[in-house]
Amino acid sequence: MTGGITGELLASQIPRLRRYARALTRNAEAADDLVQDCLERAWRKAHHWEIGTDLRAWLFTVMHNVHVNTLRRPQPETEPMEHDDYLDSRPQPADAGLNLRDLERGLARLSAEQREVLLLVCLEEMPYEQVAAVVGVPIGTVMSRLHRARERLRDWMADEPKPILRRVK
Amino acid sequence: MKEPLSPELQDLHAYVDRQLPPHARQRVEAWLEANPAAKRRAEDYAALREGLRALYDPALAEPIPKRLRRRPRRWLRPLGALAASLFLLLAGTWIGMRVERDVRVPLAEVPLVAREAAMAYAVYTPEVRHPVEVPGDQEPHLVAWLTKRLGTPVHAPRLEQLGFLLVGGRLLSSDDGPGALLMYENAAGRRVVLYACRREEREHATAFRFAREEGVAVFYWLEGSLSYALAGEIDRAELLALAKSVYRQITM
Repeated sequence: MTGGITGELLASQIPRLRRYARALTRNAEAADDLVQDCLERAWRKAHHWEIGTDLRAWLFTVMHNVHVNTLRRPQPETEPMEHDDYLDSRPQPADAGLNLRDLERGLARLSAEQREVLLLVCLEEMPYEQVAAVVGVPIGTVMSRLHRARERLRDWMADEPKPILRRVK
Repeated sequence: MKEPLSPELQDLHAYVDRQLPPHARQRVEAWLEANPAAKRRAEDYAALREGLRALYDPALAEPIPKRLRRRPRRWLRPLGALAASLFLLLAGTWIGMRVERDVRVPLAEVPLVAREAAMAYAVYTPEVRHPVEVPGDQEPHLVAWLTKRLGTPVHAPRLEQLGFLLVGGRLLSSDDGPGALLMYENAAGRRVVLYACRREEREHATAFRFAREEGVAVFYWLEGSLSYALAGEIDRAELLALAKSVYRQITM
């Protein structure tokens, strides 16, 4: 019993799920673990999805539930990966207008709830109603989380001084 | 209790997120023109969104790891599962018998340099944040450092024409002493590694040889005082073209 779900249908959504998971966890390995858990659960619950309804919205709802469960589980102590002297060797787009490293750190400082709403709106460009359905809260709560997330990030990015970041030429 | 967001701020967000119907959009645009502070805020919000896209959109183009493409086996129907187990049992038996026989084949068929390159490929290329010790934009430093540690000149061949850019390099410890690893990446995020280490006997150079180690394709050859191996999970012909280009540049 897998409803109308096929491997191809799911596969078409994997890049989006990975992008979202990467931004949620800011760790490639943890992100793929999350996506894998999400896909396994999607197969198991496939009969809940109705053909013709929005597969992306359904998958992101599944992802939300998996993520919330992960957060509830006690986490082992981990060493944060952010070091001020650490240089990311990946080329960064020069025209972004923001210091992306700072932005990533700012994102890490948001609450999980704020981060989730912000990312669904900014990365997935989901309508607010759909975000509310995915996260399972009223739309008013979505709006206030979105607002607080943006304000906190905006303050964070405007804050001076920042740890000095060396750019290697 | 939490205050609901004011209608102006709700509109501001919806404007930034392009979620307003056309007439409301015009109204908010006019309001923003009259309110520089609100306009600045909207611009900042939009810049944050672009920043997030710049950070995470690259993940969309990354090759999808195998473990995510697999359909979990436990959801196969029972009959399918039974057939699968039977198949695995038979395959296991067959492989077991093969391995038993192959033990007598000398292990030297695939030389160390190819195996080390395949291993280095498997270990380092999935790294997103720390794939290399010295990034490619510090190439002179990288080359000087590896040359010093290997005790023989190391070059970083240019593979731009074949679509691969230098990500950077690192020093490895191999059974034959220090080894140099250079990593390259193409626009699709595919990576290959070029591995070089010193060899003891330097009497003969060899042609390219091909090996496959755990799904990783490797071309390897001997030249001067170094053994070379180029490894990647790409098409054999494409890997060969890269290997030839490396070879030409090194022997020039």
